[in-house]
Amino acid sequence: MSPDPQLDAQGRLVHLLTTEGLPAEIIRHILDTAAQFVSVNEREVKKVPLLRGKSIFNVFFENSTRTRTTFEIAAKRLSADVINLNIGSSSTAKGETLLDTVWNLQAMDADMFVVRHSEAGAPHLIARHVKPGVHVVNAGDGRHAHPTQGLLDMYTIRHYKKDFSRLTVAIVGDVLHSRVARSQIHALTTLGVPDVRVVGPKTLLPKDVERLGVRVFHDVSAGLRDCDVVITLRLQNERMSGPLLPSAGEFNKTYGLTPEKLALAKPDAIVMHPGPINRGVEIDSGVADGSHSVIMPQVTFGIAVRMAVMAILAGNA
Amino acid sequence: MAAPLPDPERLLETLVTQMKPAIGPETGLVGIYTGGAWVAERLHRALGAQTPLGLLAVTLHRDDFGRIGLHREARRSHLPFEVEGRDIVLVDDVLHTGRTIRAALNELWDFGRPSRVRLAVLADRGGRELPVAPDFAGARLELDPGEALVLTNEGGKLRLAAVRRPA
Repeated sequence: MSPDPQLDAQGRLVHLLTTEGLPAEIIRHILDTAAQFVSVNEREVKKVPLLRGKSIFNVFFENSTRTRTTFEIAAKRLSADVINLNIGSSSTAKGETLLDTVWNLQAMDADMFVVRHSEAGAPHLIARHVKPGVHVVNAGDGRHAHPTQGLLDMYTIRHYKKDFSRLTVAIVGDVLHSRVARSQIHALTTLGVPDVRVVGPKTLLPKDVERLGVRVFHDVSAGLRDCDVVITLRLQNERMSGPLLPSAGEFNKTYGLTPEKLALAKPDAIVMHPGPINRGVEIDSGVADGSHSVIMPQVTFGIAVRMAVMAILAGNA
Repeated sequence: MAAPLPDPERLLETLVTQMKPAIGPETGLVGIYTGGAWVAERLHRALGAQTPLGLLAVTLHRDDFGRIGLHREARRSHLPFEVEGRDIVLVDDVLHTGRTIRAALNELWDFGRPSRVRLAVLADRGGRELPVAPDFAGARLELDPGEALVLTNEGGKLRLAAVRRPA
């Protein structure tokens, strides 16, 4: 067995669980493949037959309409049959274990599982227990990883900035609770971005985050200075008040991305956000809708990147 | 051992002679990546074609996906004209089983419904597995079934070679 559960003995991608340790070559393969699907998505007929006859189960143990929809669209544009299951409200409520749920679905001849779970590691557990030829895509597990979001962000950065090797990228906000930030950091460092920064209050940055190869800034002005890419993170509603933060208003004043703060970055900087945005909290409307914002292209590219991941996995049977 | 094969430049001349009376100002030439694109570029120039050159990547319609997965292909189809109702000539380097042409037709139809599609190939080596026939062919060649006919391009110099395929 290969030490990385995502790769088979030949080093081919068979599950996508995390961007941590994912070889740069595989990331580039995904991004190159996604470029083809971006062009498919611009056509009159936005569909190719690659996954005809395959059954993809979107298994969401944690609710997310947006992410589930993007996976559903991606699978349908590859001609797969898509089955959406919001397990949060069904089997587990009846006491069925995670693996029993998966085995039942596997017995219905699933070819791929797209899994979201509030527990970190759930997709790994599933990947270890599915039959050979069945693939698992992590659509977000706890605070751990959200690899397709991380990869679509890499696609977006490459689309606008071309070359990773000279970039300064700042990730601003609640990094502590963000699986998106973790997936971005691993992908950015693997792709050779020399200056990755995390910017936020001490209470919202993970301890020892420097070990991931990033520079830590508590001062937002210093953190944003001369950045090529500014990624703002969503501040979860439930974290807007409580022990970690005085208030959403206070957070906005200090770390919210305003036109004034953005002016510290490079003049051609791009602004990204994984969505859904909290206007007036982590990002001002003037920035979210402004000329630097590439938030909507992120959504568009997200479909193509998810198509690429599913097509590559299905091809590595 | 590479068999003696015709010079692609001569085959291009033959193709131009065949195609000249058969294409009009509205005809769209469409080359199939990779070799077909090289041939199509040359034909486009030699024929003085007025419609811009189209290029097709057929990876997403290949029928061997289930066996060998997704081909690495960063190139995308680019058809800089309206496909709907257009007279099209598909161009490829080597016609063998016909499966690439089937994939190319599917890809083409994702952009619209052409009024007519014809096929031009630099070399037809036989061995068809689908009902596909060229309208224009630079040459018909006999090859051993175990051999692949490959077009290479070194700085614009086209060359045909027969290579033994791994069993």
